[in-house]
Amino acid sequence: MQKPYWNPYVAGAGLGLTLLVSYVVLGTGLGASGGITRIATSAAHAIAPAAVEHNAYLGGYFADGNPLAYYLVTMFAGTLLGGFLSAFAAGRTGLQIERGPTAAPGLRLVLALLGGALAGIGARFALGCTSGQALSGGAMLQTGSFVFTGACFAAAFALAPLVRQEWR
Amino acid sequence: MNLYANDLLGSPIGLLLSLLVGTGFGFWLERAGFGSSRKLTAIFYLRDFAVLKVMFAAMVTAALGLQALGALGYVDLASLYVPESILWPQLVGGLVFGLGFVAGGWCPGTAAVGLASGKLDALIFLLGAGIGSLAFAGMQPHLGDFLHAGTCAIGSLPERLGVSGPVGALALLVVALAAFVGATKVERIMSKRNPA
Repeated sequence: MQKPYWNPYVAGAGLGLTLLVSYVVLGTGLGASGGITRIATSAAHAIAPAAVEHNAYLGGYFADGNPLAYYLVTMFAGTLLGGFLSAFAAGRTGLQIERGPTAAPGLRLVLALLGGALAGIGARFALGCTSGQALSGGAMLQTGSFVFTGACFAAAFALAPLVRQEWR
Repeated sequence: MNLYANDLLGSPIGLLLSLLVGTGFGFWLERAGFGSSRKLTAIFYLRDFAVLKVMFAAMVTAALGLQALGALGYVDLASLYVPESILWPQLVGGLVFGLGFVAGGWCPGTAAVGLASGKLDALIFLLGAGIGSLAFAGMQPHLGDFLHAGTCAIGSLPERLGVSGPVGALALLVVALAAFVGATKVERIMSKRNPA
């Protein structure tokens, strides 16, 4: 039996306190896409080491040795762990392809891959995703964070009618 | 002083504390219901504004806390790492990211929580995000000056508007409270019109 989600204002305040602790202790906010970029770089490096090391954008990750020895990588691992602990305690774990009642699972996965790729590209353009840019930059009242957040939601609302069947 | 200012984020203790902060991050995202892509995308159909409520509540909590600690002298806000504001790439990046968000159903952090909950679509989304990051690295040398275009917007919004940080955080609180009231009204209207 799944337990209900917590009140959004309570969960939001908890998330905000976590972000505050991150700033005070680590000296930086929360992030997710940076860790994913590092993990993807490490995987690509296993296949084509020279190409990755010579890439202008990724090469720097190897300056200190292992690109995975980076705070955003362990933060990402922590996000997985925290998410699992909470989901498990609430009885919300289980293998599934989450989609709307009339959505085809195959198309759902294709759109997940495509959506992930767009999100990955967009986050690198913007120097962060909804965690590092919208949430963490927003809490420091950064102009670019508000621009990013506004653009993100405008584009998502615009595309939403076309992918409605995936969700509703 | 914080770890970043002391160049200790990459040290063993820095990596461990980042893991702990991440654990809190994942926990609260999951508690909010963000391990579900249908819950996350419901805002785009005006059915459930949890995304807006949680994000604004978190941003305001942290912003007020940071400005208070800064004003009281407990935290030197200038010593913190904040992502640089660069107008044009952040506008374009936001638009591209938003398309990916509603088509894929996740953002990077929530996809981690979705994966931890057993969602296969979250795993595929993360795979896509990794591929997208590498694709960006491939095109980055050809983007020229665009990635630095619009540095005129640099810095914080209160700075641009000529007000203090604490005033900016209070203004954000007012905007958030108005958004909470508006969002709750829309939720009520939509559930009356189409109960489910």
